[in-house]
Amino acid sequence: MKLKFFEEKLFNCLMVISTLIVFFLVGSIIWTIFIKGFNAISFEMLTKLPSSGFYLGGSGGILNAIIGSLLIVFGSTIFGLTVSIPVVYYLNVYLRSNSKFSYFVRLSFDVFYGIPSIVYGAFAFSIMIFCGLKTSLLAGILTVTFLIIPIFVRSMDEVAKSVPKDLLDVTYSLGATKLETAIVVIRKIFPGIITATILSVGRAIGDTAAVIFTAGFTDNIPVVPWRDQVATLPLSVFFQLSSPVPEVRNRAYAAALLLTVIVLLLSLCGRFVTSKFLKNIAN
Amino acid sequence: MLSRTFKDKIAKKITQVLTIFLLLILVVMVVVLYYKSEPTIKTNSVWKLLFSSEWRPLAGKFGFYSFIISTVYVTLLSVFISVPISLLMALFLTQNAKFCVKQVVFPVLDILSSIPSVVYGVWGVLVVVPFIANVLGPCFVDYTSGYTVCACGIVLSVMLIPLLVSLLVEIFSTISKDYVDASASLGATRWQTSRKIILRKASPGIIASVMLAVSKAFGETIAVLMVCGSTVKKPESFFDSCYPLSALIVNNFGEIMSIPMYESALMFAALVMFIIVLIFNAVSRIALQHIEKSLKL
Repeated sequence: MKLKFFEEKLFNCLMVISTLIVFFLVGSIIWTIFIKGFNAISFEMLTKLPSSGFYLGGSGGILNAIIGSLLIVFGSTIFGLTVSIPVVYYLNVYLRSNSKFSYFVRLSFDVFYGIPSIVYGAFAFSIMIFCGLKTSLLAGILTVTFLIIPIFVRSMDEVAKSVPKDLLDVTYSLGATKLETAIVVIRKIFPGIITATILSVGRAIGDTAAVIFTAGFTDNIPVVPWRDQVATLPLSVFFQLSSPVPEVRNRAYAAALLLTVIVLLLSLCGRFVTSKFLKNIAN
Repeated sequence: MLSRTFKDKIAKKITQVLTIFLLLILVVMVVVLYYKSEPTIKTNSVWKLLFSSEWRPLAGKFGFYSFIISTVYVTLLSVFISVPISLLMALFLTQNAKFCVKQVVFPVLDILSSIPSVVYGVWGVLVVVPFIANVLGPCFVDYTSGYTVCACGIVLSVMLIPLLVSLLVEIFSTISKDYVDASASLGATRWQTSRKIILRKASPGIIASVMLAVSKAFGETIAVLMVCGSTVKKPESFFDSCYPLSALIVNNFGEIMSIPMYESALMFAALVMFIIVLIFNAVSRIALQHIEKSLKL
């Protein structure tokens, strides 16, 4: 057999093997989390606040972390959307698409996207000290907002770029101002907004390093956003996993399972929305 | 009533100001982090901070050398593991794989990229660390706890794979099909085409993607912190525990207020990470955009 055919076979094999390795890793991660989590999770865990002695193996649940994560995700998504939709609109409607400035803005958001969340956390922490703000729900929400704005802008911008220029020209020719065109544009990119939201929620709920500095941790559900600290699911996993008590570690596994299930569902939704709606945009 | 064109002008101004405001935050971040780390830079010189391994916070001695070396080892190891796998996988997906295979592989990559880093950390503690302590470690060294550079590298490389594969697939699929057809018509096998045409054509893009992966590995925090072992000592081998910069920052923020200058020193660590990530990101993004333009015939 010629060498080149041997080589072909070898590398085809290697390619399949590398793909199988990745499958194996995904399987291993999901399997580990599910097996460990299912043994630990219970109805009480999901519906009760931690009671006294919780971190020594006492009774109670992780409702504080579940509610906290939802509050942070909800708040930051609302803030993120209100800031990033105008930015995307400016980039795609007001600015000419080939200008130097729009290139620069897109590049900056790409760079923004790559900044590690720990740096956001450290930065937000300094700002908080500077403003006299304590670690609180509000601070956590604001930090996570900055973390997810680049995701919003980048993914909505991808969709908005594909809106046909003719469509905009038609609205102008009917006498609409660029602001009034918003009705058309927003409707056109609406599936893109949903996909972007799903992506950002996934990132916001899983982020740990930024909230560890800014949101703190507590056993209670926060009441006043700028005063009360808030617990989050990833932090609850992180803190409880380092405990020497087996019951507490079990709760970490359960929290990790919950987190994984949420993220998997989000990823499924994202795929569904993309396949269902996005192909209709270009035409 | 406001006239319609006036409203339009106002809307333009508002959106413009918002955009510029967001861009300014990047600048503000550098300024704030520098301002915060200035006291440490003044007392210890930058050279000493980066290249001395004397770490005694109580005496005001902050040498980041062992942390920086840890970060570098971990990053390099993770890139060395993930790049070959991702390259082969991306080639497989763009050249060889049937449609139905792709239908399965891409959602799996999606899942991999959406798993939060703390879950990777849990997996690392439950699977990778025992694997290293009991199986891999004893082949090379007498004793290892499992919480090692190697564990960090493996966990990080799994996190990098979805990023790398998606970037590489994008680059490979912008290479014009004509090149592949021309090569095939000259009698080259698929692998010969991949090696001599695709990989060569895409090599700048591959380098840029690897740089992006490096900067992601550099900033990854929680997963690394959970498996790194956190000992303040320069790791001698892959089976020593380590203490990357990001883990250092998270682990010590609780003590920030109790030790003078500590906050400033940690902010310096954040500044170093920020600047390196910023440069790597900017360069590779610019490169990627140019490459994608030039690859389209």
